[in-house]
Amino acid sequence: MTLYSWLQLIIYLAVLILLAKPLGAYMARVYMGERISLDRALGPVERLVYRLSGIDPRAEMDWKVYAVAMLAFNALGLVVVYALQRLQGVLPLNPQGLGAISPDSSWNTAVSFTSNTNWQGYGGEATMSYLTQMLGMTVQNFVSAATGMAVLAAFIRGLARHTTKMLGNFWADLTRTTLYILLPLSVVLAIALVSQGVVQTFGEYRTVSLIQPSAASESQVIAVGPAASQIAIKQLGTNGGGFFNVNSSHPLENPTPFSNFLEMLSILLIPAALCYTFGKMVGDTRQGWALLAAMTLVFVTLLSAAVWSERSGNPAFTAMGIDQKQTDINPGGNMEGKEIRFGIANSALWATATTAASNGSVNSMHDSYMPLGGLIPMWMMQLGEIIYGGVGSGLYGMLAFVIIAVFVSGLMVGRTPEYLGKKIEAYEMKMASIMILVPVIVVLVGTAIALMSEAGRAAIYNPSAHGFSEVLYAFSSAGNNNGSAFAGLGANTPFYNTALGVAMLFARYWLAVPALAIAGSLVQKKKVPESAGTLPTHTPLFTAWLIGVIIIVGALSFLPALALGPIVEQLMIFG
Amino acid sequence: MISQLRPAFLMLLIFTVIAGVIYPLVVTGIAQVAFPYQANGSLIAIDGKTYGSELIGQQFAAPKYFWGRLSAAGYNAAASSGSNYGPMNPALIEAVQARIDALRAADPGNPLPVPVDLVTASASGLDPHISIAAALYQIHRVASARRLDEVVVESLVEKYTEGRQFGILGEPRVNVLLLNLALDGLQ
Repeated sequence: MTLYSWLQLIIYLAVLILLAKPLGAYMARVYMGERISLDRALGPVERLVYRLSGIDPRAEMDWKVYAVAMLAFNALGLVVVYALQRLQGVLPLNPQGLGAISPDSSWNTAVSFTSNTNWQGYGGEATMSYLTQMLGMTVQNFVSAATGMAVLAAFIRGLARHTTKMLGNFWADLTRTTLYILLPLSVVLAIALVSQGVVQTFGEYRTVSLIQPSAASESQVIAVGPAASQIAIKQLGTNGGGFFNVNSSHPLENPTPFSNFLEMLSILLIPAALCYTFGKMVGDTRQGWALLAAMTLVFVTLLSAAVWSERSGNPAFTAMGIDQKQTDINPGGNMEGKEIRFGIANSALWATATTAASNGSVNSMHDSYMPLGGLIPMWMMQLGEIIYGGVGSGLYGMLAFVIIAVFVSGLMVGRTPEYLGKKIEAYEMKMASIMILVPVIVVLVGTAIALMSEAGRAAIYNPSAHGFSEVLYAFSSAGNNNGSAFAGLGANTPFYNTALGVAMLFARYWLAVPALAIAGSLVQKKKVPESAGTLPTHTPLFTAWLIGVIIIVGALSFLPALALGPIVEQLMIFG
Repeated sequence: MISQLRPAFLMLLIFTVIAGVIYPLVVTGIAQVAFPYQANGSLIAIDGKTYGSELIGQQFAAPKYFWGRLSAAGYNAAASSGSNYGPMNPALIEAVQARIDALRAADPGNPLPVPVDLVTASASGLDPHISIAAALYQIHRVASARRLDEVVVESLVEKYTEGRQFGILGEPRVNVLLLNLALDGLQ
């Protein structure tokens, strides 16, 4: 691998870790209601939002009310996104005159965007009017991300507070997340992206003349639109739904290596920083660093494997006399489905980051990766989207694993397990188990049903084991709210739209509600003082133990399925 | 549930206005003032005629032009797409072999090894770039087709080579569209 590839990976990780503390500390102040620098500019807006919606932000909620508010808000959002798509033909801001979208596709997309999955069965530029993109997609990009972060804030309060029932106010958390965190970051990122060449216009598609006209055509129609504003939040909010069909591999969605760096950084920025926020809110930042360390160690390991696999290239090409060696004038490696400006390192890094977080945007086509290169993103999702994970949802998913980890270690030494002074008992364990088992069941059962049905098999694009991988990838993505795809799978059919829609709903709300239930139980408990028998959860030992639990659960759940797809394909090529 | 429906509805309405209307309008306003060229697609206009976007590739098949990446979208910039061929898909091997054959037929006797990016499809189907190796491979063909000295073509390739951004990021590459435009401009 060239020196430059290493340098780019190292710079990426260094910037990510360096930003975790300042951004994390800022977000902690937002959730603890402390004074922040943006108060002066946005304070009046915040108060106006509360006044217009008739909310008292200081009226706190117990976990059930909090969950009901969250579900009501998301259900309404789902209805609106559905309606916008069905009616876009008669609504304004539709310069291309795009018609109504089918019921099954509209359902899929509505679930997809409200659940922060942003799986896309459709091609953006050929399907969605500007109005649908703005009022449907962009709005949900913000509020679905804010929903995840609000639930996390409530979860953390469950650990930080004691002997009360109250977890905060969902509406206030939603509002403060959107106004003070997501909007300012998005505006800055969007403008930076435009400076690199991302389009941002309400004008219609451009027609240009071809330099070499052909018999078939003398011109090229270039899709444009208000892309930068949507791309900024799609990256920051672990959404991932592209403005264009090919997402961030499109030159007008991601034109330069620098725009690529910014978009890639934005994928993991908030999830990583939330670890510090967590530490700050529970009054012990070492706890946050320990979780961030666990995530980063898993990430770096899997990233190395993905880069190595893609850099090694396709043996079939070598046999044809093609030069795949990486040099300063040749990006080398498996370049099928990758863009020159990104090359191997930035493509594999993006693929690993986007599936570590539940982002799901892509800058290369995962379906064309080598088998091992494709296994990494698939397994990242199957681990439960907790290696950084979705904004908010990643960390509360990780905390479910922490509960399992302290419980198992507690059993080993015969003590009642505790975490941050809270006793972990049967109720918390049951809820944490639901959070870990639901995605596993959704992914495996979904894949099995698809492969047993005619409609499920008909959509497969690549032959042999790779076709199995396409289906497994689709359900891993939907069943963990990621949204990326082995895009050869023709998933815009009534079967997949319906099935994946159901999978996304389960994956989102069967995790969010149990997470709130855990918080509701923990918040009522007394804080037990630390004693000599307390297992410290900020040490390298605990980090290693936590990684072990994650890997064992992930491997035991999915190795048999992976063996039928990418593993057997790898053996067919290299065996 | 019912008591939360009212705030849910009002909140959604308010955030639709803030995030769905005000936010994109503000970004568009700033973008159109600060970066009008980029915000509108980086279009290349010469004497009132628009020749494409410097960020969007076009289809080139004539020997006198540099060829870009293979495109599963046929360079249709209103319907971007990758090939999505898996590494063992026979269709992938066929597409790659067809491209090798076309390159060899247009320039028999070229002794250089074929760089991988010249025979594989890009992710977007619109990649405007090829690697430097892929440009060097084609110099002989383009120069003969245009009856130009290879040195002239080579210096143009150098001119339209973009290095790593800030000296570090991305891969060095050649913009095929700008290079071909410049070639046409020579004659």
